[in-house]
Amino acid sequence: MLRDITIGQHFPGHSVLHRCDPRLKLVGVIAYIIVLFLASNPLGITLSLGMLVLLYGVARIPLRLILKSLKPIVPIILFTAVLNLFFISGEGEPLVQIWVLRIYREGVNYAVLMATRVVALIAGTSLLTYTTSPIVLTDAIESLLRPLQKLHFPVHELAMMMTIALRFIPTLIDETEKIMNAQKARGAKLDNGKFTERIQALIPILIPLFISAFRRADELAMAMECRCYHGGEGRTRLKVLRFGKLDVLCTLALVAMLAAILATKLLF
Amino acid sequence: MEQKSPMLQARDLRFRYDPERPDYAVDGVSLEVARGEFVAVLGANGCGKSTLAKHFNAILLPESGTVLVEGIDTRSEEHLYDIRQKAGMVFQNPDNQIVATIVEEDVAFALENLGVPTSEMRARVDEAMQLTGIYEYREKAPHKLSGGQKQRVAIAGVIAMRPDCLILDEATAMLDPRGRRAVMDTIRRLRESGITIVSITHYMEEAAQADRVLVMSHGRVVMEGTPEQVFSQTETLKGYHLDVPQAAELRDALAAAGLPLPEEVITPEACARALYELLR
Repeated sequence: MLRDITIGQHFPGHSVLHRCDPRLKLVGVIAYIIVLFLASNPLGITLSLGMLVLLYGVARIPLRLILKSLKPIVPIILFTAVLNLFFISGEGEPLVQIWVLRIYREGVNYAVLMATRVVALIAGTSLLTYTTSPIVLTDAIESLLRPLQKLHFPVHELAMMMTIALRFIPTLIDETEKIMNAQKARGAKLDNGKFTERIQALIPILIPLFISAFRRADELAMAMECRCYHGGEGRTRLKVLRFGKLDVLCTLALVAMLAAILATKLLF
Repeated sequence: MEQKSPMLQARDLRFRYDPERPDYAVDGVSLEVARGEFVAVLGANGCGKSTLAKHFNAILLPESGTVLVEGIDTRSEEHLYDIRQKAGMVFQNPDNQIVATIVEEDVAFALENLGVPTSEMRARVDEAMQLTGIYEYREKAPHKLSGGQKQRVAIAGVIAMRPDCLILDEATAMLDPRGRRAVMDTIRRLRESGITIVSITHYMEEAAQADRVLVMSHGRVVMEGTPEQVFSQTETLKGYHLDVPQAAELRDALAAAGLPLPEEVITPEACARALYELLR
């Protein structure tokens, strides 16, 4: 049950999008979000949807995955759409009028536009996590934040923490499962009862889990010391991120697409 | 000159975890481990064998006495990373030793810390993974491996530093029989490549493969000798709350019943041979 939890939502593959530099993808997604907000006009959003369809096609990510990532935000999209529908007032006659509620043409337009924008936003950012494994993403974050090291921002430590967290999540999930089974064997009722009872039943699971996590941390620290760990200073890496020819091409393509979307701003 | 100094040397080593209390975890141990030797350290729980092991790469520093690793005092702070690189250590729980989320990156961890250039690192990581037989899992996530595989990843991570000595602190204790066998095979291969091995264990079959066996009790070394010499003293071993190899126990029972069996029978093979000779 707990084992099914996946970290991030990486969809392994060998497409151009999977292979290109994670730093480019990270910066690209941020640029995409900004452009999406700047060019919130019908043409701009249509173009960005087109761009997404193209990129998802290139990455060969199945449609059902996109729908899955959109599922949790459907209520939010519907809620904002409904609000927009009723609260945007326009000139001329309302399209529909029920009691005090009036729906105008502008309201419909705006609701559709906003809903599409949120979909484009989520689908775009999901593309990053689909095509980039969490480990590679950590490397990218470390590399991008490196200039902050001059301001004494603990970049290496942050990346190390993320790596260790990613490493230990599956281990601790396994452990949680074992503890839950052990407590069930002792007669603990975890799955039924009132809400407060269920919260209380978590205590005998969390306490052993925390104690064990601390013990693991202690042993891990010792093992790291044995392997000469002494912080980020003078450290080299096995895998160095390299910005190659493919990445230059990808950058150009991305800039071209984003520029086209941004240009629609001039038309409206 | 350095070549002449023994791999590990402890002189009257004493250590206690709490200086307020009189009980020493290691209470006056003197020993020497030669280059290329395979030494097994046996002892009941809490006899101080793990504490002793942690002195050999400066995780713990002696309260009195000295510990030398290839002639370098473990107290000298400027040589700390030299010592840890020369005497690598592997612990009991493989899960708590693996840092990275991909096997090969974990094997590279020590080299990254030591600042080995990327070009050289690749070759050394591959070499360590091949030597421990985990090369085929190099791109896997550690949590997808079995216990024995994980422990070999941990060993590879230490071997990548090219240590002269490998200290195993109950490295097989948490493994199933198959994992244990795989790890023991790896250790045997490493030993053939000339690495000194100090194995803290409570498995007799493992200790029986060593050149020399030390038995510890209450922080002291109480028995020392070849596996044959140590394991044939079944009564003394039992006195230290240790198991005795089944073959030695059988020999003792038969000898007590009046059969003329030779001393120093500790393996099933040797026992079978002795019985065959007797029945002939």
